[in-house]
Amino acid sequence: MKTRQLLVLVALGLLMAVVVQLSGRVDPVQAQPSEVSAADQLDTAVAGLDAWFAVKWQADSVSPAAAADDLAVFRRVSLALYGCGPSLEDLRAFERDTQPDRLDRWIRQMLRDPRFAGYFARRLSRSLVGVEQGPFIIFRRDQLTDWLEEQLLQDAPWSEMARQLIAAEGLWTDRPASNFITIARMENEDLDENKLAGRTVRTFLGQRIDCAQCHDHFLDTRWKQRHFEGLAAWFGQAQVTPGGVTDFATPPDQPQPEYRVVAPKEDASASRIVVPEVPFHAEWLPSTGSRRARLAAWVTHADNRRFERAIANRIWGLMFGRPLHEPVDDLPHPEDKPDDALDLLGREFRARGDRLSTLIRMIALSAPFRLNTAAADNADEAARQTASWAAFPLVRLRPEQVIGSLFQAGRVRSVDQNSHPLIRLTRMTSENEFIEEYGDAGEDELIPQAGTISQMLLKMNGRFSRELGKVDLLTGPAQVLALSPDDSAIVENSFLMCLSRRPDSAELLHFQKQLQQARQTGDEQRKAVVEDLFWALFNSPEFAWNH
Amino acid sequence: MESLMLPRRSLLQMAAAPALSFLLPPLNARAASRRGTERARSLIVLWMNGGMSQLETWDPHPGTASGGDAKDVATTVPELRISSLLPQMAEQMHHCLTIRSVTSKEGDHERGTAFVRSGYRPEPTLKYPTLGAIVVSQLGAGKLEIPPYISVSPRIPVPEGGYLGNAWNAFRVHHPGREVSNLEAPVPDARQTRRLENLQLLSRGFAASHPAAARQTLHDDLTGKALQMMQSEQLQAFRLDDEPEVLKKAYGDTEFGRGCLVARRLVETGVRVVEVTLPGFDTHVSNHEGHVTQCRILDPAMSTLINDLHQRDLLQSTIVLCISEFGRTPAVNPAAGRDHWPAWFSCVISGGGFRKSAVIGETPADVPVSDPPAPKDPVTVPEICATILDQLGIDGSKEVTTPVGRPVRFSDCSPSPRLIASADGH
Repeated sequence: MKTRQLLVLVALGLLMAVVVQLSGRVDPVQAQPSEVSAADQLDTAVAGLDAWFAVKWQADSVSPAAAADDLAVFRRVSLALYGCGPSLEDLRAFERDTQPDRLDRWIRQMLRDPRFAGYFARRLSRSLVGVEQGPFIIFRRDQLTDWLEEQLLQDAPWSEMARQLIAAEGLWTDRPASNFITIARMENEDLDENKLAGRTVRTFLGQRIDCAQCHDHFLDTRWKQRHFEGLAAWFGQAQVTPGGVTDFATPPDQPQPEYRVVAPKEDASASRIVVPEVPFHAEWLPSTGSRRARLAAWVTHADNRRFERAIANRIWGLMFGRPLHEPVDDLPHPEDKPDDALDLLGREFRARGDRLSTLIRMIALSAPFRLNTAAADNADEAARQTASWAAFPLVRLRPEQVIGSLFQAGRVRSVDQNSHPLIRLTRMTSENEFIEEYGDAGEDELIPQAGTISQMLLKMNGRFSRELGKVDLLTGPAQVLALSPDDSAIVENSFLMCLSRRPDSAELLHFQKQLQQARQTGDEQRKAVVEDLFWALFNSPEFAWNH
Repeated sequence: MESLMLPRRSLLQMAAAPALSFLLPPLNARAASRRGTERARSLIVLWMNGGMSQLETWDPHPGTASGGDAKDVATTVPELRISSLLPQMAEQMHHCLTIRSVTSKEGDHERGTAFVRSGYRPEPTLKYPTLGAIVVSQLGAGKLEIPPYISVSPRIPVPEGGYLGNAWNAFRVHHPGREVSNLEAPVPDARQTRRLENLQLLSRGFAASHPAAARQTLHDDLTGKALQMMQSEQLQAFRLDDEPEVLKKAYGDTEFGRGCLVARRLVETGVRVVEVTLPGFDTHVSNHEGHVTQCRILDPAMSTLINDLHQRDLLQSTIVLCISEFGRTPAVNPAAGRDHWPAWFSCVISGGGFRKSAVIGETPADVPVSDPPAPKDPVTVPEICATILDQLGIDGSKEVTTPVGRPVRFSDCSPSPRLIASADGH
């Protein structure tokens, strides 16, 4: 390590040590979130949602699991909104808040935190543009993600975001929403209208109609090939020009390009023109505007229930790690069934201005989100309970949640925008390197996946858990060892930092005994005990799964 | 530095301790005594990442407008001439089937890779498993203590299990011939024992509060397998210390050369699928020079691999497939490069019951880029994939249900007799 870097690290360490020492405990003070105004309260809507689930549980003959501990719920929220478990700093502050509505107030505060916008933007971008690299230069994932982040920080309406994405005009750098379109540019420099149509319907309407590109849908006979072609035609005039994406590349006094379809095995000259068409409710289409703008207005129309149901299911999936309906982008036709939880969520979402924050709060405050994971010994019984949302599903942490939680657990204070630039830089590079080795969840991120041996080996023996669990100058484990008043507090703080819970009596006794024995052999042995405690916590099933 | 790896004895002692139930007893080590046709078949994929030019390798057209600077050379197959950049492979072509007419419509790296690795064109709503994932999911790992699907790829995304699940992803080896990453415990034995005891306590606590859910995580199972792998004598297959220097030199002092030698050792140990990647073929600029460099790496490694497998009587049971995601354009661009060309490209298959001393397909020398004619005797990617599955003993027509309930076959194509050796071995 270069001398300069070393000096910076030493200075930082001293500074942090002084700050923590001044506080006199591993217990930094943090401001409490403000009250929720009467207009912002969601009690009635959440009660309606809970009542719907109560009826469902009765109908499914399942009993709901016991209510989860508030710290466990807080961890779930933190994993969903920040991509990591909560810091000891946040946990302490949350615990100090004794108001009955503390969860809602904390969620509202978290929704205003740049950590939420940064993390959620990356999650949302997967549903918008997948995980592929996209065409060189004209597709800028970073620009799109930055734009999404800004929209989330402003709590912008989802319908407005959708309209901008579908109908964006302009450069991929100047109008980042246009990257939703440019990712569909093919090798021959044309846009792939089919890809755009399929993605638009999956993401914004929650329907998989991709197979109708080639034939009428086999499984859902209501979707015909002409529906797909008609939807693709709305993108038929979009072009990527040096000036950006536009539907107006052709001067108005010249014939406008038409969307043409060539049958398989046919010559290009045998193509036929397909006019834009929507599969239902054509009256929702405005009469003016570019093709894409008209489609965007139809997709987001206030009466289009598919729009609100699709995003409600997506946000449910991002909060729980599993959507209400699977797969996340293939929902039943809304008119085929009585109102369900998605309708209840969607209605409130619409009534409050299409804001994702409404969905996030409602879901996090709902009964299913605040229940324990199934405690049954019988696998069928546990599965039934989980399938009915009468227990919180056990879901593997995503790769970035694993490294995010490792990184946060290796520190006492929150790693956020106020952290030292060196810490933020280290977190970013660690995350990238970890995910490259661990493997990315890909676009199908909400489909349950098992772990792999290479992932287990990386966590057990890799440098990330080794460095973050080390008792060293700046690390959390070092601070816990140095500043906790006694052995019991060392164990308790370690558990809170890693698992967001306190140890049970057997665990406390086990680790206290190790610390006590090490006291007789010197500081180095106690350091080793703390490192081994953190290693076990990092590698425990409880750390690796959301529960 | 002191070796921090647990000795095998320590592991046995740990496994005997009742507290560490997730430590499985080690299985018997290397099981590689069978040879010839008695042996279960394996697959080695030599992945030419970036798009290998057929014109500078298996299908040169010297003296034509599209031929560029490539010259050709006679091979051990009378009617076959390949690029002069591959002189050592020219000596091994009697072991090989050369296909010069592989066709595709995928000219993008990611899509082309997904297509060739799986036999299915990429779809937005379904991720198909690679051939390797299908193979190991169907044939299992047997008594292997190391993963049955290995990718020797420094930076390329590992081949994945797709709808079969990531349990069938390939295990990545970054630097062949060196120690495999993350296989050594970072602390001495006594501390490792304490760590595992701590972990056991936490696992038991979790299992006690959520018994069925905890079993669903397979956490103990995976931990046990990881610990077993850390101690396995089969790890020796990743090391090259006991290989003769002359053989290592023959494979080439390159990552790819070492990767090919490791691939042979892995197959010998019982690994079912190994993919070894040679990156650097995306030669949009200075194509010929690029292929001179690449072929200097490929030629000794691939030729020695085939010969080595043959000498050890392993070639009958091992399919060696050399392929890339697409080929490169017949036309040379202004930067002296060749661009992506999926319309036709070449691959070479050796061993595992495929034809030998054979060539399929013929490509025109000079063609319009905008509207290329089909090559003579075209061979599709699904056809190759279906035949490989068949030769590995897997029913490609088997239908499975994806996690979202969609029925799909491992292959939508039938195995191709024209790729398979006849009774006389050709």
